[in-house]
Formats: sequence, C-alpha cells, structure tokens
Amino acid sequence: MGRSETSGAGDTTPVAPTRQESSSEGSRTVLGTKRRERIDGLAESGGDTAAGVSLAASAWRRLRRSPTFLVGAGIICAFVLLALVSPLLAQHDPALRLLEEQVSRADNSIPPPQPGFPLGGDQYGRPLLSRLLLGSQQTLLVALLATVIGLGGGLTLGILAGAFGGWVDTLVMRVVDVLLSVPSLLLAVSIGALFQQQSQFTVIIAVATVQIPIFGRLLRGTMLAQRASDHVLAARALGVRQRSIVFRHMLPNALGPVIVQATLMLAVAIIDAAALSFLGLGAADTSTPEWGQMLGSAQNFFDTHPHLAFWPAGCIIVVALGFTLVGESLRDALDPKKRR
Amino acid sequence: MALLEVRDLSVRFVRRHEPTVSAVDGISFDVHPGSTVGLVGESGCGKSVTSLAIMGLLPQRGTEVSGSAKLAGSELLRLSRREFDRRRGKEIGMVFQDPLTSLNPVVPIGVQISEVIERHRGLSRRDAKREAARLLDRVGIPDPTRRLGEYSHQLSGGMRQRALIAMALACEPRLLIADEPTTALDVTIQAQILSLLRELVAETDTALIMITHDLGVVAGMCDEVNVLYAGRIVERAQRHELFSRPRHPYTAGLMASVPRLDSPRGQRLAPIDGSVADNIPWERGCAFSPRCGNALAVCGQRAPELETTDAGEQLRCHNPVDATETVERADD
Ligand SMILES: Nc1ncnc2c1ncn2[C@@H]1O[C@H](COP(=O)(O)OP(=O)(O)O)[C@@H](O)[C@H]1O
Ligand SMILES: [Mg+2]
Repeated sequence: MGRSETSGAGDTTPVAPTRQESSSEGSRTVLGTKRRERIDGLAESGGDTAAGVSLAASAWRRLRRSPTFLVGAGIICAFVLLALVSPLLAQHDPALRLLEEQVSRADNSIPPPQPGFPLGGDQYGRPLLSRLLLGSQQTLLVALLATVIGLGGGLTLGILAGAFGGWVDTLVMRVVDVLLSVPSLLLAVSIGALFQQQSQFTVIIAVATVQIPIFGRLLRGTMLAQRASDHVLAARALGVRQRSIVFRHMLPNALGPVIVQATLMLAVAIIDAAALSFLGLGAADTSTPEWGQMLGSAQNFFDTHPHLAFWPAGCIIVVALGFTLVGESLRDALDPKKRR
Repeated sequence: MALLEVRDLSVRFVRRHEPTVSAVDGISFDVHPGSTVGLVGESGCGKSVTSLAIMGLLPQRGTEVSGSAKLAGSELLRLSRREFDRRRGKEIGMVFQDPLTSLNPVVPIGVQISEVIERHRGLSRRDAKREAARLLDRVGIPDPTRRLGEYSHQLSGGMRQRALIAMALACEPRLLIADEPTTALDVTIQAQILSLLRELVAETDTALIMITHDLGVVAGMCDEVNVLYAGRIVERAQRHELFSRPRHPYTAGLMASVPRLDSPRGQRLAPIDGSVADNIPWERGCAFSPRCGNALAVCGQRAPELETTDAGEQLRCHNPVDATETVERADD
C-alpha cells in the first residue's frame, strides 16, 4: 500500500482498479447508505455519490462475475419460483389416487406415463408430476425453517460464548462439543424419536438441533478472533460500552463466515430433512408430498421402477447443489484476502 | 504533582505449558502535565505491555500485573472493569501502531468517532456528529462532513491515523499514549503525523507518552526519555542530555546505529551486535551484557541497579560509557 498523502489536502479516494465500473456500482450502494445515514441524522451535507464502494458492494461486484454463483443462484431462483407457482402448475390433487386401478400388487405394476400424467403415477396411483411439483414447497420450507432456527440458536450461543469468554464460554462450548460429537444424522433421528407424533415439525426441529452447535461453534470462533483484534482493542481503549463492542464492533465483523455457512447449511438441511423423511420420521400422513418421503416410499421399487426414486432424488441433489454453489462463491467473495 | 505516577510496574505472563514471561520488570516513571515522555527500546522490550497495563487492556487470564499506576493521584491498576471503561477514552487516550486494523471496517468513521463523544461527553447524536466533523477538520482531514460517512478502506493510511488521533483526543484526555503511531506509515506521512501530534498536544496541554523504537522520533518530540531493555529501564535522561552524552552502552549503541546528518562522511553505521534473543534474565546479571562492548566480569554476575548519576540522570550500568570517550570518538 504505497499510497502517499499530499500534505493534508485533496487526498484521492482509493478505489478499485476498475474505476469506471466501480463508480457506477458505487453510486447505487451509496444511495442506500446515504438513506440510512439520513435517518441517523448524519447527512447534513448534500448527497455526494462519489464516495466509492462499500464492502458489500465490492463483494457483490465479484459475485456477479462468478459463474459458480450465477449457476447456483439460477438453480435456487428456479426452484423457489417453482415452489411458488407449483399450485398453478400442478394439474391434479396430489393426494388423490387417480390411477389406482392401474396399480397391481400381483404383477408389481405402477401407472406408466400417459396423457394428462407425463410421469405416470406412484405406487398408490397418485399423480407423480403433481406430487413432484408441490413437493418443492415442503422441501424448501422445511430446510429454510430448520436453518433459520438453527441459525438463531447458534447465534445466541456464539454471541454468549464469544462476547463473555471465561466460564460462560467454557460452559457453552462443552454443550456444543457434546452435541457435535454425536453423528449429525444419529442426533437428528434421536431428536425426532423424542416426539410422540411424527410430523414435518419433528423434522424441522431435528434438523435445526443438528445445526445449532455448528453455527454456535463457528460464530464463537469468529467472535473470539474479533475479541483479540486490533480494532476491538482500539475501541476498548476509547472506553466504548461493552454492548457496543459486542454488537457493533465484533458481531458484524464475525458474521461473514456464518452467512456463508448458512447458505451451505440450506443444502445440508435439504438432504438431512430428506434423509429423515426417507427414514420415516416425517409426517405419517403422506398426502402432502415431500421429496424425501417420496424417495423413501420408492425404496421398495428401486429395481423395478427406478424412476420413482430418480425424480425426487434428482430434485434434492440439484437444489442442494444450487445452495452449495452459492455458498462457495459467497465464501470466495467475502474472503478478505481477495478483497480489492 | 505528576499527572501519571508509575511505580514498580511489573507484568508477567503465566502460561500453562510455556515458561513464564516477565515482560515488564519493575518500571517506574512520572509524566507531568503537558510534558512528553518517551519510552524507547527494541521490539519486544516491553513498551506495548507497559502501555496496555496502564490502560487496563491486558488479557485478564494468565496475566499478573503488580505495582502501581496513579493518574492524578487515583490508582488505575485496581479499577474494576466498569470503572476503567468509564475513564478510558475520557481521561486517557491511546493511539495504536496500525491505523488500518485499528478501525472497524464495517462502521463508518463518523459513527466510530461520535460514539466516543456520545459516550463520554453526553452529547446528543446530532451534536456528536457535528463535533466529529469539527475534530476531523482539526486533525487536517479535508471535507470532513463527507468523510464521516466513509469507511476505513476509503481513507489513506495517513488519513486513518489522523482519524484515530481525532478519536483519542475527542474527549480532551489529560494523557495520551501513542504506541509507535508512525511505524506503519510511509516516511513522508510519518513526519506529518508527528507534527500533528506535537501541535495538538501543545495546544490542549495534553501529556504524551511516546512509545517508539525510533530515536529520531524521540529526538523531535520528547522532553524526557526512558530507554528500556528487556523489561527494565536502563537509562532515563532529559532529551538534550541523552543525545549529547548517552551513558548506557545500549543507548550509545542505539544512537550509533541511527544515521545522522552531522556525522562525518564515510563513517559506517554501527549496529548493536547480537539480538534480543541473546538476553539473559536479569537475575543472572545485566541482561544486555552478552551484547555489550563495555561488559566487565561483574556484569554477568550481578544486575546493576537504577542509580542517579552526578549529572542527575538515572542509569542502570556497572560500566557506563565515559562522557569524554564519546566526544573523542566523534572527533576522529
Ligand atoms: N499476551 C501475551 N502473552 C505472552 N507474552 C506476551 C504477551 N504480550 C506480549 N508478550 C511478550 O512480552 C514481551 C514484550 O512485548 P511488547 O511490550 O509487545 O514489546 P514491544 O516493546 O515491542 O512493544 C515480548 O517478549 C512479548 O513476547
Ligand atoms: Mg509494541
């Protein structure tokens, strides 16, 4: 960093090498920041948009150029859109056994594709395509809720441990380490088994429980790194209040890896939730379709009718891949070593 | 009465699987209101640990602090964490070495400054912002109102250190500790920052502890200089006395290793032989003796005490550099 300062006057703002692009990008984000600042009563001056780029903007600039991110985001958008419009797309009620007469236990036959039913029916004669389409809602919702709960719990633990250190940290981390020492699927199954009645709620809680210690540990680590950082020492040297140290000076700087992890966790949650449903821990009533449960109930037909498993499994893999790609590219974009 | 009285300050780091480190070993010094006192020594001699101990910022686990540090008569070392939080930033300010890492990267400069003002001076948010802009202007940052909304990565190194100085002086503390405030900066900017510090300190009558490994910085700023070696003060003198006739061989060595405009042409710089790693603990004699050109047999057996010389300075040495000898050498 060989920038020199010209005797206190007119110091040029350091901007990334691609100046033109960053200034156009910058003006957009600065508008956002300016608005916030105005609310704070900060901006007494006119809106000056030449200020340069914020950190989020520079991360976003790199993301937009990353093929990994674009593919991942494309997949996620497609599936989210699908989940939203699936009630319109699905031509049949997924709970109705419309093709039941074509199901035969004796010769192990299952309704083949036919007019009106492009993928045919499942082993109960229910419309496979409609079930697949509507299944996206359950799968995404379960993963999202589980990750939100896991994130909330993990943040609480991580903030407690990282902010206070000492015995609070020791206590919290003991609990976290015990939870982490149990294989995650085993833990999820055990949690699921605690519930009297099987439902999607069971799955959500079980998957979230697996995530809490992961988020907690991650945030605790980044919070402790912040505690030892120069700018926190400098803030403490200024007598800044503990609350502000934790929530203004430590937490925002500690969140980057957690955001990345949360994205990756959505992929894990989809797979875990599917695994639990596959194992029969999901809703006992299968009239509301869900991919994991569809996959589970297809297991008796793997050799004779592999397409029953192929479609839900394919969807699970592709959507999980989407979240993984986005998570990985976020990790790269937020990496301070690559920041320009 | 002195503004800051440090008496017999010792800091030891006790760690489970490693030997105990005695980073600061019985340091005493005074800082008078409005004066500038230097703490000088090689890297690792305990300068930062001394300042952090006075600020109450050392990690609590595994750190043993003993002795006393009184600010205007009230003991700092036994303050509760909460009491310390109330006084830091208000009565004592501190400027650190690396301005880039000392600022929070995700919070605008203006928020970081006005936070301190709101906290200690009880101003409203709006008044604090206005005051922050005034402070930025005062430390020589152009267009301060706009800068308030910027982040640390948008400022140059010199600007960042100016902003940090503005924060440290926001509440007009009586004492400012500057720990190598220019070490991380370009040479041209170093001079600007030093003259800014000198100017602000004179203007507000703030006492300054200037921590540096650079004798050049000391020469330009300090009234009194403490030379540290391996956690102890080995020489203390007024600036003029120290530079005109250094008595401790370590001080003399430091000066001989710094280029001077008035030294004869072609004269080589003389680095001090050996490194800090050669230190022996003070219990086994003078810690500097393995590197010392003046060492006598006694130096490796008994550690010298800090004693007042005839000229009124403080010296910890069995065989100091003779005043006449230095003059001769300069005449060569
Ligand atoms: N937190 C710590 N734990 C253990 N040893 C430390 C710690 N902080 C500093 N030290 C040791 O104390 C000595 C003095 O360090 P310091 O005051 O930072 O030196 P400097 O004079 O360069 O500022 C060094 O040997 C260093 O290794
Ligand atoms: Mg230091």
